[in-house]
Amino acid sequence: MSHSDLYIWMIIAGLSLGSFAIRFSFLGLIGDRQLPKPLERALGYTSVAILPGIAMPMVLSSSSGELEPIRLIAALLTLLVGAWTRSLLYSLLAGILSYSLLISIV
Amino acid sequence: MFGRNKLFWKGARRGFISSLPFYIVMVPFGALFGLLATEAGLNVLQVMGFSFAVLAGAAQITAVTLMEENAPTIIILATSLAVNLRMGMYSAALVPLIGKAKLWQRVLASYWIFDQSYAVTALEHNKNPNLTLDERLGVFFGVAIPVSSLWYVGTYLGAVVGNQIPAELGLEFAVPVTFLALVAPLLRSIPHLLAAFTSVVFTLLFADFPFSSGLLVAGLMALGVGYLSEVWLEKYRSKEGV
Repeated sequence: MSHSDLYIWMIIAGLSLGSFAIRFSFLGLIGDRQLPKPLERALGYTSVAILPGIAMPMVLSSSSGELEPIRLIAALLTLLVGAWTRSLLYSLLAGILSYSLLISIV
Repeated sequence: MFGRNKLFWKGARRGFISSLPFYIVMVPFGALFGLLATEAGLNVLQVMGFSFAVLAGAAQITAVTLMEENAPTIIILATSLAVNLRMGMYSAALVPLIGKAKLWQRVLASYWIFDQSYAVTALEHNKNPNLTLDERLGVFFGVAIPVSSLWYVGTYLGAVVGNQIPAELGLEFAVPVTFLALVAPLLRSIPHLLAAFTSVVFTLLFADFPFSSGLLVAGLMALGVGYLSEVWLEKYRSKEGV
């Protein structure tokens, strides 16, 4: 690949402006005007609607291309401990520790 | 900037502490981008420019990967921005939380919207709905500024030190686990569980959608499922009198 410096900076500028426009869209332009109640309630589910969709395909795929049961078990423990304790930290620790432990004994 | 606003700093401490678990992945993840971008022919200044101006890991990696493949400009921009469209949902979801902030605060917040900054703020609000606006702003920036700083540092290390740090180390599994840990504490109600389930099932089914739009379509469906099941559950409970 041999892009010119100018070209690379143009890509950066384009992505930067585009990303800011996306991020500013609602928060910036709607601001303190009231969203319709149903929409506001639906948006309360944004975390659970997006993040599992990013994470689970990563859990299910691996570099070897095969499903690794250890990853699935560790992911389930992350979710269970997190739901039970309501703590982000314990949830993460459960995932990382169970994964490391299972990898080392299997 | 927020001077002696006690509530803001109280929130910021909360956000800072809640986001500590992410610190372990931000530097290696940033280094991975720095490394890929350097390999794609960007100099250190350009790599840093990328991280400061765009501040979105997945979109940045998508962009430099496509640049290395000599993809057409329009494809590079469209694909990378599509990866970032979920930030539009975070922007909307932040309206009820920090929409009443001053315009300059919302401009700053917009720059710093990413998965962790939105999700931790939403989680803290879910756990404690009585937080004031200043506290919520504190939580948001208390997550956003330190976490993004580590992203810049990681990017720099990846660009400069490059191959000598094992950028992949543990990341392959650590990244999805941090995302799961962000939502796990929310999975205590039927609507939240159903929404999460919808998100996973349909993202997998829509894996072949162009411009990675499957995640977004599945996400919008999940919002609908969450809302509708909440409404149904409310009706059912009021009928049963429980």
